[in-house]
Amino acid sequence: MSAGLTARALALRLDGRRLFRPLDLAVAPGEVLLLTGPSGSGKSSLLLALCGLLPARFQLEGDWWLDGQDLRGLPPESRHLGLLFQEALLLPHLTVGENLGFALPRRPGETRQARRARIAATLAEAQLADYGERDPATLSGGQRARVALLRTLLSGPRALLLDEPFAALDPVLRAEIRALVAAQVRRAALPCLLVSHDPAEAAALGAKTIKLLPES
Amino acid sequence: MLLLVLPVASGLGSLLLAALGLWAPLGATNGAATVWQDLFDAPGLWPAVARSLTSGFAATLLALAATLLLLAGAGLRLRRWLGRLVAPLVAVPPLAVAVGLAFLIAPSGWIARLLSPWATGWQRPPDLLLLNDPAGLALILGLAVKETPFLLLVALAGLGEGEVERRLLVARSLGQGPAAAWFKVALPALYPKLRWPLYAVLAYGLGTYEVALVLGPTQPPTLAVLLLTWAQDPSLALWPRAAAGSLLQVLLVALALLVWRQGERRLGRLGRAWAARGGRGRLGWSRAGGGLAWLLLLLGLGALLVLPLWSLAGQWRFPAALPQLWSAELWQRQGPLVASTLGGTALLALATTGLALLLTLLALEHETLSGRPAGRGATLLLYLPLLAPPVALALGWGAALAGARAIGSWPALLWSHLVYVLPYVFIALAGPWRRIDPRHALSARALGLRRGAVFWRVRLPLARAPLLAAAAIGIAVSVALYLPTLVAGGGRFPTLATEAVALSSGGDRRLLAALALLQALLPLLAFLLALSLGRPRRFRRPPQGAIT
Repeated sequence: MSAGLTARALALRLDGRRLFRPLDLAVAPGEVLLLTGPSGSGKSSLLLALCGLLPARFQLEGDWWLDGQDLRGLPPESRHLGLLFQEALLLPHLTVGENLGFALPRRPGETRQARRARIAATLAEAQLADYGERDPATLSGGQRARVALLRTLLSGPRALLLDEPFAALDPVLRAEIRALVAAQVRRAALPCLLVSHDPAEAAALGAKTIKLLPES
Repeated sequence: MLLLVLPVASGLGSLLLAALGLWAPLGATNGAATVWQDLFDAPGLWPAVARSLTSGFAATLLALAATLLLLAGAGLRLRRWLGRLVAPLVAVPPLAVAVGLAFLIAPSGWIARLLSPWATGWQRPPDLLLLNDPAGLALILGLAVKETPFLLLVALAGLGEGEVERRLLVARSLGQGPAAAWFKVALPALYPKLRWPLYAVLAYGLGTYEVALVLGPTQPPTLAVLLLTWAQDPSLALWPRAAAGSLLQVLLVALALLVWRQGERRLGRLGRAWAARGGRGRLGWSRAGGGLAWLLLLLGLGALLVLPLWSLAGQWRFPAALPQLWSAELWQRQGPLVASTLGGTALLALATTGLALLLTLLALEHETLSGRPAGRGATLLLYLPLLAPPVALALGWGAALAGARAIGSWPALLWSHLVYVLPYVFIALAGPWRRIDPRHALSARALGLRRGAVFWRVRLPLARAPLLAAAAIGIAVSVALYLPTLVAGGGRFPTLATEAVALSSGGDRRLLAALALLQALLPLLAFLLALSLGRPRRFRRPPQGAIT
C-alpha cells in the first residue's frame, strides 16, 4: 500500500440517497488535493465522514486508507486527521497558549515547563511569540487562522482536512494563510484534502482538483 | 421524564378518583354525585370562583398593559437599563413581594406614613380596608407588581438589540409616530415570544395561594384559598369536596387559557386591520400609560425596601416615616430559629437545584450526542406543572404521597420541589446549550478528545454562564415554593416560605418581615453569585502596541 491518503469508489449516502458520484482519490504526503462542487454536494460532509464525525444518517461507502491503514473502525479521536473549518473555533474560555495546550498530546514524563516551552516555541515560529497569554477574541482574523492551524498541527495529525479554510479572510490574508498552509503541508509531509467551492484555489495552491458530480 | 410525569399524573389521577367518590386516602367515600353536590352547595364557592377569575385576568392584563406601554416609549438605552433594574425583581419570590407590599399599602403602612400627617391629616391609621379588600384590588395589585418585571424581562430578551430597531426606523420613515410604530411593527414580532410566559402568568394569577392569602379577599376568599381551607379541615370530611373543587379549578384554568387564546386571535386580526388602514394616529396617551409601569416597578422596589426596615424596627409609632428606635433585638432573640429555617431552605434549594442541573445536563448531552431534540410531547409534559393550578397539583400529589406513606420524607420533599425546579432549569439551559456551535465539538474530537472529554472540556465551559444562571433560577424557584413544601413535608419541614405564610395571618410582624426579607435575599444572592462567577474570563491585557 502507498503512503498518503487513498480511496476507491468513495461515496456518501444521506438517508440512503447517494450525494455524489463515487470517486477515487490519491493524495501523496506533502501534496494538496482540492475538492470542489456546488454547495450541498456533500464535500464538507465527506471530510466529517472521513473523521468519523457524522451522525448515523450518513453512510460512507467505498474503501480508503491512510498510509495503507484502514481507519474505519477507529473512533474519531484515534484517527489523527487534522480537521480545520472556515472559522478558527478557538475556545473562548482559554488563552491562545491554552488553546494550543488543549490539542497538544501529553508526553509521558514531560514536565509542565517543558510543555509550556514547546507551546511557546511553536508560537514564536509563527511570529506570535508574545501571544500565549492573550484572549483569542482580541486576535485579528489572520492571527486566529494561524493559531487554529498551529493547534491542529500540534495535535500530531497524519493528514490535514480543510473545509473552506480561507473563505472568511480578505484577499491579502487569504494569500498569506494559503502560503502558510502549503508550506506546513510540505514541511510535515502531510497529505492534505482541501474543500472549496472556488475552483481558483487550485491554481493558487498548485493543486490537483477533483470535482464532485451530482448523482444523475 | 417519568420523574416529572408521575407527580402530575398521580396528582391529577388521585384527585379524579377522590372526586368520583371512588377513593379517599384520608377518609370515608361517598358516591361521586354526593361529592359534587356537596361542592356545588358549599357556601361561597361561586363568589370564590368569580374572585379568582377577576383577579387573575385583571392582574395579567394590568401587567401586560404596563409592560407594553413602557416599552413603547423606551429606546435602546432605557431598555438596557431596564433589563438590569428588573432582573433582581424577577428573582424575588411572590410571597416576599406580597408581604412587603402589605407593609407598604396597609392603612398603617409605609405609604400612609410618608403621606401623614402633612397630606392626609391622619394621626392614627385610617380605618380603611386596603388589604384583603372584598373586590380583590390589593391582590390584583400584588400580582401585577410581581409579574410586570417578569413580563418586562421576557419582552426585553425577545426584542433583542438590532432587528426590531430597524423595523421601527422603517415604520417611522413611513410616517408613523413612535408609539404607533411600536404597536404596529414591534408588538407583532414580540407577542409570540410573550405568549407562553403570559399563559403562565395567567395560570399563576388564577391559582396562586400564598399571594391571595396575604393580600386577597377573605369572606369569601379566592378559590385556591377556599380549597385549601377545606383540605385542611381537621375532620377530613371535606377532603373529597376539596378534590372535586380542585378539578373544577383545573377546568377553570384550562377555560381561561382558551378564552385568552381566543382574545389574542381577535385582537391580532383587529391590529392587522389597523396597521393596514394606514392611519397616522399619534397615540399620545401611551406615554402616560408608561407611568403605570413605573408605578408598579416602584411599588415592587418599595416592597423590598420596607422589609429590612420592619425587621429592624424597635418602636415605630404611626405617622413617623422611620422607626423611632432601631433594634436588632428580633435578630438576636429569634436568631437560632431564623438561622435553622434559613439553613433548611437553602439546603433544600441547593439539593433540588443540583439534582435538576444533573438531570438537565444528562438530557441535553444525550440530545446532543443522539442528534435528536426532545419531541413536542415531552416538552409539553415538562411545562405542564407550570400551568397546572398549584393547589390542585399539591392536593392530589399530597394524597398520592400519603397513600405511599412518604409524607415528611426527604425524597418526597426533594421530588416535589423538582417538579417545579426542573422545568425552569431546563428552559434556562436548553436554549444556550443548543446554540453552542457544534463544530467546536467536531474540532475537539478531531484534535484527539474522547466523547466524555468533549463534554467536560468543551461544552461545559462554553455553557458556564447560562449554567450558573440556571442554577440561580432553580434556587429562586425552590425558595419560593410554599404548597409543595407544606404538603410533602407534612408541616414538619419549616422553610422561609411556610413560616412566613404561617405568620402572615397575624403573627409577629418583625419576624414576618425578617423571614420575607431572607426569602427575597436568598435568590438575590444566588443571582449575584451566578453573575460574578459567570462573567467571561478576564485575560491579561494585550501588551501595549502589540495589536496588529
